[in-house]
Amino acid sequence: MDSQLRWLSIGLFVLIATLSLLPSLRLLVEALSHTTFSTSSPMAEVLKSERTWTALRHSFYTSGLGTLIAVILGCGFGFVVTLTNIRGRAIWVFCFMLPMMIPPQVTALSWLQLFGPASPILNTLGIAPALGSPQPMYSAEGIALLLGIQSAPLVFLALRTQLISLPQDLFEAAQLSRASQFRIWVDIILPLCRSAIIAGAALAFVSSLGNFGIPAMLGIPAGYIVLPTLIYQQMAGFGHDMLSQVAGLSMMIALLVLAGMLLQQWLQQRSRYALLGHTAQSLSFRLKQWRLPLEILLALVLCFILVAPLFALIVSSLVPALGMPLNADTLTFAAFYEMIGRQGVTSRAFENSAFLAFFSALVLMLVSLPLGYLLMRLPMRTRAVIASLIEVPYAIPGIVLAIAFILLFAKPLPFIEVSLYGTLGIIFLAYLSCFLSVCLKPVLSAMSQLDPALEEAAQLAGARPIQRLIDIILPLTAPAFFAGGLFVFLISINELTVSALLWSAGNETLGVLIFNLDESGDSVLASAIAVLVVLLVAGLMSLLSLFAPRLPKGVIPWHG
Amino acid sequence: MARLILDGVEKSFHGAPVVKGLNLTIEPGEFVALLGPSGCGKSTILRMLAGFENVSGGQIIHGDDCLSSSTRHVPTEERNFGMVFQSYALWPHMTVKENVGYPLKVQKTPTAERNKRINDALDIVQLKEYADRLPAQLSGGQRQRVALARSLVTEPDVVLFDEPLANLDRHLRATMEETFRAFHKRTGATMVYVTHDQSEAMSLADKIAVLNKGQLVQWGTPQELYARPRNTWLANFIGRGSVLSVAAVAPAQYVSGTNLHALIRQHSPDKAASSVLVRPQDIHFVNADESALTGSVHSCIFRGERYDIELTLKDGQRLLAYSDVPMTLGSQHQVRLGQAWSLESES
Repeated sequence: MDSQLRWLSIGLFVLIATLSLLPSLRLLVEALSHTTFSTSSPMAEVLKSERTWTALRHSFYTSGLGTLIAVILGCGFGFVVTLTNIRGRAIWVFCFMLPMMIPPQVTALSWLQLFGPASPILNTLGIAPALGSPQPMYSAEGIALLLGIQSAPLVFLALRTQLISLPQDLFEAAQLSRASQFRIWVDIILPLCRSAIIAGAALAFVSSLGNFGIPAMLGIPAGYIVLPTLIYQQMAGFGHDMLSQVAGLSMMIALLVLAGMLLQQWLQQRSRYALLGHTAQSLSFRLKQWRLPLEILLALVLCFILVAPLFALIVSSLVPALGMPLNADTLTFAAFYEMIGRQGVTSRAFENSAFLAFFSALVLMLVSLPLGYLLMRLPMRTRAVIASLIEVPYAIPGIVLAIAFILLFAKPLPFIEVSLYGTLGIIFLAYLSCFLSVCLKPVLSAMSQLDPALEEAAQLAGARPIQRLIDIILPLTAPAFFAGGLFVFLISINELTVSALLWSAGNETLGVLIFNLDESGDSVLASAIAVLVVLLVAGLMSLLSLFAPRLPKGVIPWHG
Repeated sequence: MARLILDGVEKSFHGAPVVKGLNLTIEPGEFVALLGPSGCGKSTILRMLAGFENVSGGQIIHGDDCLSSSTRHVPTEERNFGMVFQSYALWPHMTVKENVGYPLKVQKTPTAERNKRINDALDIVQLKEYADRLPAQLSGGQRQRVALARSLVTEPDVVLFDEPLANLDRHLRATMEETFRAFHKRTGATMVYVTHDQSEAMSLADKIAVLNKGQLVQWGTPQELYARPRNTWLANFIGRGSVLSVAAVAPAQYVSGTNLHALIRQHSPDKAASSVLVRPQDIHFVNADESALTGSVHSCIFRGERYDIELTLKDGQRLLAYSDVPMTLGSQHQVRLGQAWSLESES
């Protein structure tokens, strides 16, 4: 191998090992190190505790119900938007994807503003329930509903990708065999989509299981604790053996998620069919007189899951205090002024999050260029192994990753005696570990679509590896890099779960800020910040859409 | 200018042999085609010559230098070979001029000299007025010519072609073949040309190496390959004709018409047999004659300048003949065979 390539490989190997493997291994060691068969070891404490099993039961109930909701919503939208001649397809897809990109704590906050006795919308309309009546969102079903809405796009995406690849001629062949529309659905379309729906459902379940923002905002006030919130509460406890206990709990979630992933892969492999032939034209049904009613139905569903809560959020940010109706007299921008002007913590959180997001995006972009390049040169099987290693920190729930980082950096670093714990640095490293695969995915997909002859031609021209990387590969895959970087920016600027455990005074992030403001009862201010966050998300998503024509198909999920 | 020698070159992927013990000596300035069906290893040979793949055994020698052996591998960057790819491999973000000039830029050729050589190269392929276009704005044939200009701009000793015409339509192929021929004459570079299209190889190359399943079947001029193919596989692969099973005869010789008719008569399924190749132009329709062969017309296909007639002989073997007039299916006709070439059985 070329010496340039060899050094590049060694450097990247060390990097991947540090970012991907070390945290997981550290967690494993901590969870297992104190395991003895006596009944007083931390792991045994965890397993003996009634709270653990209650939280586990709660996690399964909310995630299971959430997955059901996600499958119904995701499949409904997926089939209608992808298979029919409905108008304004791009807008439907964009709106339906939005809930996934909006951070969970903002989703939870906006739904809280929609219902309950203090709801500004209900108060404005004069139909708010009497003070003291319960907030319906503070319940297991409330959590499940929001988990379902948040993860519905995962099912939608998995289904849509599969549907787009179904060629029109499968459907035409069935028609020529005189199959009715109904038979076509039952005999052709459903069997071919089954694996995609299962995959989407498994993803939805796994992501709901690891979700922290929604059960934290809705469950903690009601005393309804799931596994991630249990870890969060235990972390605040500082009891004896606390770290080992949360490590044990984290391992529990990690194992559940792993089992879910394996089950999904197994199911998917059992029912996957290779699609033969070219997919020049995707399947499309004509709706005729049903088109308008269906469009209205979709709009109503979107109104319920997206527009109404966001509207409630906006209204909440414009009233002087929670519980007051919005009218010409009460309309005020005080919350926005206060947020921007007076509150030092707000601008600091904005700065911290922007700083973290920008540098995570930048560093990961710089890393994924050589990393993607080297991965493409590896044999298929080795590439798959390394790619899944990189995937690990992203797949395991943020709360687990955060615990792993606390364990890693709780003590000062060896040799240099600098402690990262309690600084922005630890959050930064956690983000790098967590989002490496987010950035790498579009890059890898762009690189794998590149004709290898383009690089070989440069090799014949006499260019060495690094020169080829800069002259040929980089310009041709640049849009994918920017897309990857923007994705990282978009996700990390709103991140809550990891930073909820790793933040310290002076190092708040936006996600933590909203969460803390809401917890201390300052919902109006929290809403104002959340409104800005939603605008930011929508803006970044639109910016990504601008890149879409120059990117490989599928890189921008709400496109193609 | 130097001789290119492949000496016992072997290549295997994960233990599966792809190229087996290949020996070829390519003289300086020769235009050589590597011809074979897909999967015969011809592209792998080209990639080993370019240095994209190392060799599993044997060696590749260029002049006095060993380019590849099991212990040595000169990287592609240091070989000074040119190559024209099937996909053209033009960099879509560079203009025609930048594409052609890139090898010079990498070698840090001074700007004035670089511009002159880019101009010369574009002149050869007649694309001077397209210098500032992007590849996307060119037609297939023009893209191929840019790739050609890029491959020659550094005046390489060897230019490799990887099925360069596979993506072009039939009309353009003829034009590009002409371009390649002129290009070869003008530069005098050694050229190695990979193709699965025998007519392309026959019309372009000085010498052809026919490959099958990773092995060299025959190495010779196009005329030799057509007139004296070594075995039944090659006889079926090159040109048109019929391979007949006849009574035993020594391989690699011409069989005269009279002998051939005798061999066909003596042939019986329970005796030892040989194969001979009969070209359709050596088959003549004759009036009834007891020494002639009788066959019934199995198919009759109009080809423009003539009809292809496929005859079924009495023992069931098929024979391809040309005819100026159409013939009714199933009708009986007499033919005389002028000569045949006896073949080795395929091993």
